[in-house]
Amino acid sequence: MTSMAILTIFALSIFVGFEVVSKVSTTLHTPLMSGANAIHGIILVGAITVADSATSTLETSLAIIAVILATINMVGGFVVTDRMLEMFKGKPKVKKVVEEGAKK
Amino acid sequence: MNKNLYELLGLLVSICFILALKGLSAPKSARRGNLIGAAGATIATVLVFFAPLAKAGDKHHNTLLIIGAIAFGVIVGVPAARKIQMTQMPQLVALFNGVGGGAAALVATVEYLNLSAGSEKPSAAAVVATVFTVIIGCTSFSGSVITFMKLQELMTTRPVVFPGGRFVIAATLAGVLGTGGWTIAARGNTPLLVMGALSLLFGVLFVLPVGGADVPIVISLLNAFTGLTVAASGYVLQSTLLIVAGTLVGASGTILTRLMADAMGRSLFGTLFGAFTAKPQEAGVAGEARSVKSGSPDDVAILLNYAQRVVIVPGFGLAVAQAQHTVRELADLLASKGIDVAYGIHPVAGRMPGHMNVLLAEANVPYEQLVEMDEVNPTFPQTDVVLVVGANDVVNPAAKTTPGCPIYGMPILDVSQAGNVIFLKRSMRPGFAGIENELLYDPKTTLLFGDAKDSLTKVVSALKAL
Repeated sequence: MTSMAILTIFALSIFVGFEVVSKVSTTLHTPLMSGANAIHGIILVGAITVADSATSTLETSLAIIAVILATINMVGGFVVTDRMLEMFKGKPKVKKVVEEGAKK
Repeated sequence: MNKNLYELLGLLVSICFILALKGLSAPKSARRGNLIGAAGATIATVLVFFAPLAKAGDKHHNTLLIIGAIAFGVIVGVPAARKIQMTQMPQLVALFNGVGGGAAALVATVEYLNLSAGSEKPSAAAVVATVFTVIIGCTSFSGSVITFMKLQELMTTRPVVFPGGRFVIAATLAGVLGTGGWTIAARGNTPLLVMGALSLLFGVLFVLPVGGADVPIVISLLNAFTGLTVAASGYVLQSTLLIVAGTLVGASGTILTRLMADAMGRSLFGTLFGAFTAKPQEAGVAGEARSVKSGSPDDVAILLNYAQRVVIVPGFGLAVAQAQHTVRELADLLASKGIDVAYGIHPVAGRMPGHMNVLLAEANVPYEQLVEMDEVNPTFPQTDVVLVVGANDVVNPAAKTTPGCPIYGMPILDVSQAGNVIFLKRSMRPGFAGIENELLYDPKTTLLFGDAKDSLTKVVSALKAL
């Protein structure tokens, strides 16, 4: 990849990043932070890449620790975000069911 | 795997992440957004095992070990995320962010060792990017550990300042940059180690002066930092996916940090360095001898019974006492007596913006009763009783009246405008930000001491007996 291509990708990604979260209500700040946190767990891909080509014991051990940490970041991040959002979403449905039940 | 196909799938994953962030910004699509992100991450993880090899004749190493490490990470991460109580969720996010930063720093370290050991001379840009990743990754790691300890209350939640603190921080930062330059020039393991150690120290020093109430802003900032380290690793590893994902998190995290700071009426600069410029606090000692009016559950029940409109202001104390369900019972009881009941939700009630909404949603409190600060504030003059359950800083008038106090400028719930204010508190201890609350001494304030859940249960039975 040329440096110019990388710079282009980088600059455009900044704008996309700014744009997608510019209008978000305070209610969603915590889940959004947690979700973004899970996304940077993608460093797992980097950790696997370096572990995959590591040959010395030192490099392998460091890379394997990185894989463990990155997995915790990524998997834990998505699970905890889902738990938060589950609570937001479940409610109106439950209420509807109760209301319908009351009508009958 | 064919290189073009591999990169095409990588592009797909990048798009997943953009859709994930987009989805997370709106309540309706938030959960789906998160799942799209998780799907993208899963694809990327499986995909990397089939990555085309850089050179013919290379082979994959350590595959079983890597799979084992991933399994171990899942075994640690998933139960932690599932079992954590919602009250402790902010510190878990801080911890996840920290390990992510640590992972990025380790990846960069291995890459640095590779670059130094390789026969061909690495490009200067690649070395600079690895050094950048190690510095920010280490800072993010140690900084997140300190935020974790503050939120878990393993250490004081007040700003920690020591004489000459800002000079120590400046010197450490200079040391980090200096050793960074040394690492780039000398390409040795010693400079790298010294630099890593100084960066860890810097992360600690950077977060220590931040007051407890501002910690969420710092977590968000460190989150953005970690994103940038991932982007820098992507540059070194020549991975478009890492560059896009890391930059997205870096950019959105920066915006989110600003939005959060705005919601709390704080400037980012004030959050990070406010402790150094603020005047020392003498409040907290001065109040000891003053009298407060404390009431019994019966007094509170009577006040509530003859009210027309009641606003409940929930705070972190409610969550700690697990009193969400009891408070809902009380609200239902009041509503059945024809009293108008609403919950006044401060944007940063709890430990993080939106945290209280999550907690009350867990207790099935009807969404329509949750009224945000800007809407509830004008209604306080028409409100007969405000019931403050385990909240303190978010109703503290010092935010308006005392320049220089840590929460000065933060928008608050104007509960002093209401006819009566009832505080349910465990003790006279100040709130998370460590500031005395003048409102407690106001003649129209009644205090009911005790665990929030016990007190509420007593109020409910007293109210039923009336």
